[in-house]
Amino acid sequence: MRVALAVPCYVDQLRPQAARATLTLLERLGCTVSLAFDAPCCGQPMSNAGAVADACAGAGAWADSAQPFDHVVMPSGSCTHHVRHQLPRLVADARGTHAARVTYELCEFIAGPLGMPVLAGRFPQRVAMHLGCHAQRGLRAGGSSELHQAPSGAMHALLSGLEGLSIVPLTRADECCGFGGSFAVGEPELSVAMGRSRLADYTAHDAEVLVSSDPSCLLHLEGIAAHHGSRLRTLHIAELLEEATR
Amino acid sequence: MLADEHILMSTSLPVLSHPDAAKAFLHDGERAAWHDDALWYVRSKRDRATDLPEWEALREAASALKAHAMSRLAELLEAFEQRATASGIVVHWARDAAEHNRIVLDILRSTGVKRVAKSKSMLTEECGLNPCLEAAGIEVVDTDLGERIVQLAHQPPSHIVIPAIHWKKEEIAQLFHTAMGTPAGESSPDALAGVARVHLRDALLHADAAITGANALVAETGGVVVCTNEGNADLGMHSAPVHIACVGIEKIIATRDDLGVLLRVLARSATGQPVTAYTTHVTAPRAGSAMHVVLVDNGRSARLADAEMRSALHCIRCGACLNTCPIYRRSGGYSYNHVIPGPIGAILAPAVNLDAHRTLPFASTLCGSCGDVCPVKIDIPAQLVTWRERSAAAGMLPAGYATLFKRLGPLLASRTRFNRAGAWARRLLPVLRALSFLRRLNPWTRPGRDLPVAPAESFREWAKRTGRLS
Repeated sequence: MRVALAVPCYVDQLRPQAARATLTLLERLGCTVSLAFDAPCCGQPMSNAGAVADACAGAGAWADSAQPFDHVVMPSGSCTHHVRHQLPRLVADARGTHAARVTYELCEFIAGPLGMPVLAGRFPQRVAMHLGCHAQRGLRAGGSSELHQAPSGAMHALLSGLEGLSIVPLTRADECCGFGGSFAVGEPELSVAMGRSRLADYTAHDAEVLVSSDPSCLLHLEGIAAHHGSRLRTLHIAELLEEATR
Repeated sequence: MLADEHILMSTSLPVLSHPDAAKAFLHDGERAAWHDDALWYVRSKRDRATDLPEWEALREAASALKAHAMSRLAELLEAFEQRATASGIVVHWARDAAEHNRIVLDILRSTGVKRVAKSKSMLTEECGLNPCLEAAGIEVVDTDLGERIVQLAHQPPSHIVIPAIHWKKEEIAQLFHTAMGTPAGESSPDALAGVARVHLRDALLHADAAITGANALVAETGGVVVCTNEGNADLGMHSAPVHIACVGIEKIIATRDDLGVLLRVLARSATGQPVTAYTTHVTAPRAGSAMHVVLVDNGRSARLADAEMRSALHCIRCGACLNTCPIYRRSGGYSYNHVIPGPIGAILAPAVNLDAHRTLPFASTLCGSCGDVCPVKIDIPAQLVTWRERSAAAGMLPAGYATLFKRLGPLLASRTRFNRAGAWARRLLPVLRALSFLRRLNPWTRPGRDLPVAPAESFREWAKRTGRLS
């Protein structure tokens, strides 16, 4: 299957290993991956903060880049959520709806269009799974505690299917980690307090690895973990799946 | 346009900062953690009480019955007035808070009332009734235990259902010791509640008038529905010669049957109970006594006219969105500086004054939990974003945001500019990481969060170097 890899702006600059792992993994799963997706950002940082006028140029460029493709894969739940739910509004023509229709978060894509809900692989570790809130409650990529649903969804199934991997249960299964885009610097004390609670929950359940499909949550949680000298290993889901399926 | 009116009215008021208030609340980390846990406990009780096969159907039904009532607001209110009047209830209409207070004061003065026993009512908090009555020489005792605690401490409620949630029992012991003469150091909840019961019963039985709020007005019956767990509203309205129910007009529902849905979702969402301990549907004054209902608009009609924000009128004040909110739990009710705090307050307050409350729509990560617990399905996260958009359009983004996004927008829209800025940022990162005075200035690092280690090359640089990209 031919797919475009759309690398979110901050992943390109700050976590290129997640983008490389996504590329390697998709090719290993038989995809022909195009790196011709040129637009750097879907406009989410501006659009979530209400600065719609400042978001439109980026969103337009993003929609243009998506036009030649039938499948665009992003290693980020939050960006996928923005593309799917906001691009049709920011780019109010056929380009916006096309972009929204063809864009998938990595796990969604593997389990959905690729038709591989489980991958053969091994990762014998105790793993804490973190879905970003926009994936969790926006894309409904996992069961939500508010709706009395057990953890589920594509990422949960892909992790559960790996040999030796155990997903640690958490006291607050799906609480926000406190990143929240501009919130992280607009309300920095709250943001870090929330991140510390989240990390304490992982540690209390003896997690060895924290894995997320949202690199922005990881950036924030890693920063706090590093500041406190935590030994928790943090991985993007693409990095974990790539390592597990080598 | 609604938002413009608020801007015109509000330009001279101070901007009150949620981030500053939150920072102050978090300064006592242990207390903030205790507050977070106390509210998470209430959220967990809600989770258990709402774990019913029909829960989502109940939410849907509750949302629909509120939407229906709001779509026929005038008609239902008039039907309510007609039936209530026919049963001997006196119905008053108040355009705003001042008119509401004047109506209540007139009733109390004309009947020579000196002592009022009041049960919980966020509407009277919204209207500032207590200070108004006290200024007129009328004694008001809040008879809900939590309300009484904050009243004795001269504070407003910090939560709409649990007004004194921010008080520890040892602190309440000290307060009661001073105010009611309980033994010093007596902090057992049973003992304190026992003393408060005697104290409040005295106020309830000797009041000249009882003021209550209402959880619903039923158009079909002309009745007022009041829910409590302490029975204080009932003791008041069933013993005082005058009962005044002060109610926001959005509390109207069409039929008695609607209560079957509304009361279930309310108690389960609010306190995790199947039903409140006392649920009273009053449809007429007691023989020999007078009953008044004051219907209050105070901005609600304007909200109804605002299609994007209308559904906020569905709110039944259960407090579930406060309990689940990771921000509210860690910043406390007072950080919102509005009578209704939490996520629902953050979408209600800007309608009162967008300028003064401009930081509230940003006191959220848009995690979406509030929308998922809301028993009447108000899309709170979507309305937060809409308020952000209106703030941006009105030039009222919080300090620094407007400039940041003006620069970031074009930068993130062009591959050339982005590549150049990214390379610079990665070169700058080690400097920002290394210098401690910069770490103290930078909001990312200031509260204890390291900056990432900059990779040597971006993904695209790697792709180019390895020939994956020309």
